[in-house]
Amino acid sequence: MSVAVEIQKLRTRYPDPLSAVMPALQLAQAENGGWLSPDAIREVAAALDLTPAYCLSIASFYDQYYLEPVGRRRIEVCTNVSCGLAGAQQVVEAFERELGISAGSTSEDGAFTLGTIECLGGCGWATIVAVDNRHRLRVKADDVPGIVEELRGA
Amino acid sequence: MPDYPQIVFAGTDGGAVTDIDDYVGAGGFSALPKARAMAPDDVIAELDASGLRGRGGAFFPTGRKWSFVPKPEALAKPHYLVVNADESEPGSFKDREIMLRVPFRFLEGCLIAAHGIQSQHVFIYIRGEYEREFEVLRDALEAMRARDLLGGVTVVIHRGAGAYICGEETALLESLEGKRGQPRTKPPFPAIAGLYAAPTAVNNVESITTVTPVLEMGGAEYAKLGVESSSGTRVFSLSGDVVNPGNYELPHGISMRELVYDIGGGIANGRELKAIIPGGSSTSVLTADDIDVKMDFTSLVEAGSSIGSAGVIVIDDRCCMVQLGIRVSQFYEHESCGKCTPCRVGTKWVTQILQKIEDGRAGQADLDLLLSVCDRILGKCLCPLGDSDAIAVLSYVDKFRDEYQTHIDLGRCPFDGASSLEGILAPSELHEHHGHEHEAIRA
Ligand SMILES: Cc1cc2nc3c(=O)[nH]c(=O)nc-3n(C[C@H](O)[C@H](O)[C@H](O)COP(=O)(O)O)c2cc1C
Ligand code: SF4
Ligand code: FES
Repeated sequence: MSVAVEIQKLRTRYPDPLSAVMPALQLAQAENGGWLSPDAIREVAAALDLTPAYCLSIASFYDQYYLEPVGRRRIEVCTNVSCGLAGAQQVVEAFERELGISAGSTSEDGAFTLGTIECLGGCGWATIVAVDNRHRLRVKADDVPGIVEELRGA
Repeated sequence: MPDYPQIVFAGTDGGAVTDIDDYVGAGGFSALPKARAMAPDDVIAELDASGLRGRGGAFFPTGRKWSFVPKPEALAKPHYLVVNADESEPGSFKDREIMLRVPFRFLEGCLIAAHGIQSQHVFIYIRGEYEREFEVLRDALEAMRARDLLGGVTVVIHRGAGAYICGEETALLESLEGKRGQPRTKPPFPAIAGLYAAPTAVNNVESITTVTPVLEMGGAEYAKLGVESSSGTRVFSLSGDVVNPGNYELPHGISMRELVYDIGGGIANGRELKAIIPGGSSTSVLTADDIDVKMDFTSLVEAGSSIGSAGVIVIDDRCCMVQLGIRVSQFYEHESCGKCTPCRVGTKWVTQILQKIEDGRAGQADLDLLLSVCDRILGKCLCPLGDSDAIAVLSYVDKFRDEYQTHIDLGRCPFDGASSLEGILAPSELHEHHGHEHEAIRA
């Protein structure tokens, strides 16, 4: 099914089709390799009878819409207080070492994007690392080389 | 540890009940027909009798909230139940475990609540980071549909996309309407003009999940649990420097000592307890001296803090309280929606002054300035987010004044690089890159 057709289906879930803008952006992003290009935004706008500028104003408000290309795997380390107390900083540094990039950037081969992120709602299982939005619990710096190896192999 | 009554997590035996047959076999979906056979007002009366108060942070009586929703005869618009599953308060991770372990109890509660406010439409707003939780709910809902349990009520699970402010109920409604998640001015309250300007009840996941056992056991019976100001049980999220972090369902009124030591196993690595944040990062810090405070609404207010979302963060003596302030303030600065100036500018300013103190560049005047900036945030914002930053930081300065003073007197951090939060990064700039690719659209 094309994105445009799927978006039409989303519209019917809500009393007001404007409500479909978030799931539509999410869908378009997933179809576009994980980020919202200007074309992807235009497609959402066209499907919902909105302007691209409106859709961009929504996309730029929320952290989980990416407006620049991201790596094929997205790694985000929670660095809020409880994860911080459990050693999140060391986890971030271990990823930086293993991936050869600093937090907030994408590797040159486009394989990985590394980021830090606010509380992921898993403080009791710190440190939380989200890999493509799937949470790994109780990650220690020592676990990082294994995780990166696994992701490179996958 | 004594056996505390499990109400929210009843019948799980520490695991999850994700098979609808298992849930039914254990007596699930018995409260729903019972509620549907009752007049909506009688369901509300049951909630009133239970004393249940909101688990999302504001502790508002659930029955009373529902009674504010006009009757369909009085206001001929659709009525909505909106469930707040945006759980993003640092230190809080209970709603997630509730959705994972008792999805049917939660969804049954949604349908009972919908009946109580005479609504045919339920929206569950779940934070975008909860991928597995979304899938579990989606599958559970499908299983209920297959059994015709929805009774004509539509239930839509709407996924957020990363914005703490969308946990604030009016920002959530804006977001659900397809707008930027920025709070509305109140009044009107959502009960009168909520989603699509129609009558709406907004409730937290734990509140709604508790509705099911309240109907099963009866409000009066539920009210016997807990203490007078705070009936029932609470799922406490315990995290930080404690031996056994995790979620624990306990009766309100249990002491912090029991929670942290008897249940949580005490402070990790034989360290000393320094500070406890009792209700998520938006609440005032307590110290080791407060360890016997009771975990209920009134007792925590009396102790100068709040039960908030019951996210208890334990902090041991390795942590620099200025660094704690920086990290917490960075969070609110990052999550400020930018609608009002005291919050947008104030949170940034607070972080900067704290950083100056931490770096040893601050003089006495900077500490005064910090307090004055907090004062200029407090009570002057559109929603409680700005206040939360000021309340938290002011409490750190108040309870750990000497430590702040030492930073200024020494001209450096007394922890000498050994604080447990040393170097902790604020979220990377990844999300702030909203640049050149989109110039064409903006132009
Ligand atoms: C900044 C901010 C964030 C909030 N985040 C949440 C949240 O994630 N989940 C929640 O249930 N309530 C949250 N609340 C409280 C809601 O506004 C609202 O009071 C609550 O959802 C009502 O449900 P209850 O009465 O069942 O507790 C937040 C409030 C503020 C001001
Ligand atoms: S207090 Fe902050 S988050 Fe709340 S409306 Fe104002 S700017 Fe937005
Ligand atoms: S602090 Fe990391 S999940 Fe909450």
